[in-house]
Amino acid sequence: MIDLSLLSDGGMPWLDASGAHADLVLSTRVRLARNLRDRRFGLKNDAAERAEVLVEVEAATRDTEALSGAMLLRLDRLESDDRALLHERHLVSRDLAGLETGNVRPGAGLIVQNRVGIMLNEEDHLRLQGLQSGFALPEAYQEVNALDSELGQRLAFAFHPEFGYLTSCPTNVGTGLRASVLIHLPGLVLTKEITKVLQGLSQVGLTFRGLYGEGSEVVGNFFQLSNQTTLAKSEFDLLDHLGKMVRQIVEYEEQARHILLRDAPAVIEDKVWRAYGLLCHARSLSVEETMNLLSGARLGVALGLIPNVSLYTLNKLLVLTQPAHLAARYQGAAGLTPSEIDIHRASYVRETFQHEDRTL
Amino acid sequence: MMRCQHCDERDAVVHLTQIIENQVTTMHLCEACAAEKGIESSGPGTMPLNTEFLATVGKGVGAGLPGMEDAPHATCPTCGLTMQELRDLGRLGCVDCYKAFEGPLRELLRRLHGSTTHVGERYTPPDAGDGPPVEEATELRERLKEAVEAENFELAAELRDLLRTAE
Repeated sequence: MIDLSLLSDGGMPWLDASGAHADLVLSTRVRLARNLRDRRFGLKNDAAERAEVLVEVEAATRDTEALSGAMLLRLDRLESDDRALLHERHLVSRDLAGLETGNVRPGAGLIVQNRVGIMLNEEDHLRLQGLQSGFALPEAYQEVNALDSELGQRLAFAFHPEFGYLTSCPTNVGTGLRASVLIHLPGLVLTKEITKVLQGLSQVGLTFRGLYGEGSEVVGNFFQLSNQTTLAKSEFDLLDHLGKMVRQIVEYEEQARHILLRDAPAVIEDKVWRAYGLLCHARSLSVEETMNLLSGARLGVALGLIPNVSLYTLNKLLVLTQPAHLAARYQGAAGLTPSEIDIHRASYVRETFQHEDRTL
Repeated sequence: MMRCQHCDERDAVVHLTQIIENQVTTMHLCEACAAEKGIESSGPGTMPLNTEFLATVGKGVGAGLPGMEDAPHATCPTCGLTMQELRDLGRLGCVDCYKAFEGPLRELLRRLHGSTTHVGERYTPPDAGDGPPVEEATELRERLKEAVEAENFELAAELRDLLRTAE
């Protein structure tokens, strides 16, 4: 198994429940898609060219402030369990980890340090990413933008005077910027206002996805809200627009929670305590059930109904109860049946809450 | 009526279109299961997402590629990407593809983003000073001439406007 202990907080400082609106917003991510001008893009390049991209970019990062001491992980040399682990920590995309096809592309890599990283040889040569805990669009952009400026002085990026940064997919052309905010919206789901909000999003050029990005289902009321277009608006405008919309949704969610507590306090209390009770005592938990229960408990903690449980623990459990993390914890879990894994998951969640009880 | 793919009991009234690994998939759910997943239908058969947009992203990005009929055999001289590949995969193969398929791409970018003009940060590569600098207006004049020769008047009009701004 790969050792991620050298990374700050195991590569997950973005889940430490700090930052603005941390009770609602888990994390903020900004990524910039960049390609090297003189090399063919991911669709058309071969293994040798990918290797060159990897070497060139790695050399360029050594001189940057943000990534001078960074760790390079060659995904093409890792087992699929380890690649899945990195995906579950939101450090690499499902595509880069080769989880759908089972095949990882030669030259696929990740350079990461603290809250900034680069995915190498994804569909674009570089995907620079900045990850922050809480609602922190300017901070996430600032870090990734600084890295982009430094790298752009060392590498010749593909840039067109009219279209802007050129990318493999036309949906990323221009700024190459995709900003996303991972937000917990149980109040809007319970008050059935969520459809309106989500429909409103698409009308203002934004979109939503599940916890694990493109193609993932919305589970546990966790939504990733992001900009849909990347061209014809400046970086500032894209971030400003998303930021304004998120602030509005935060407000709607707070209102919804207020209404729920005012009109149905007993129902809400029962709901959150049941979720917490099951997490503390269940003997078998599926991934989906765990996420839904963590959502309930999170609502209880955020509303001040459940004391002595930290958002930090709940955030971490969202990732640490995912299949690859559980398999890494219980070595040899590969041979276990799904129902045996569910038993391990429940036992891990119980232990975590017992430990939390003792430490608080 | 189609059965819900989740509970297999009730009729499916919500049809959720998603893009997973470049494949457009549609999930058919009943009202209750959809609500459980945080999606509600605002009426029978309606889609909660802007599926028209989603269908143009990913695999299908080139499906509605305009201008294909005009140049069905266009190929990028640098990476060999063909119009058919662009249509099927919705991806470009290199920087020069943006020139080889400029006409159709311009229309596609306008559909996807509302405009073709980048207004974000400008970028100058580190080796920009190596060769003789090509003035933007000179390059535009060249491209305008090519467009007129190819009788691509829509593109020519666009380029003329850009040239005016550049001058």
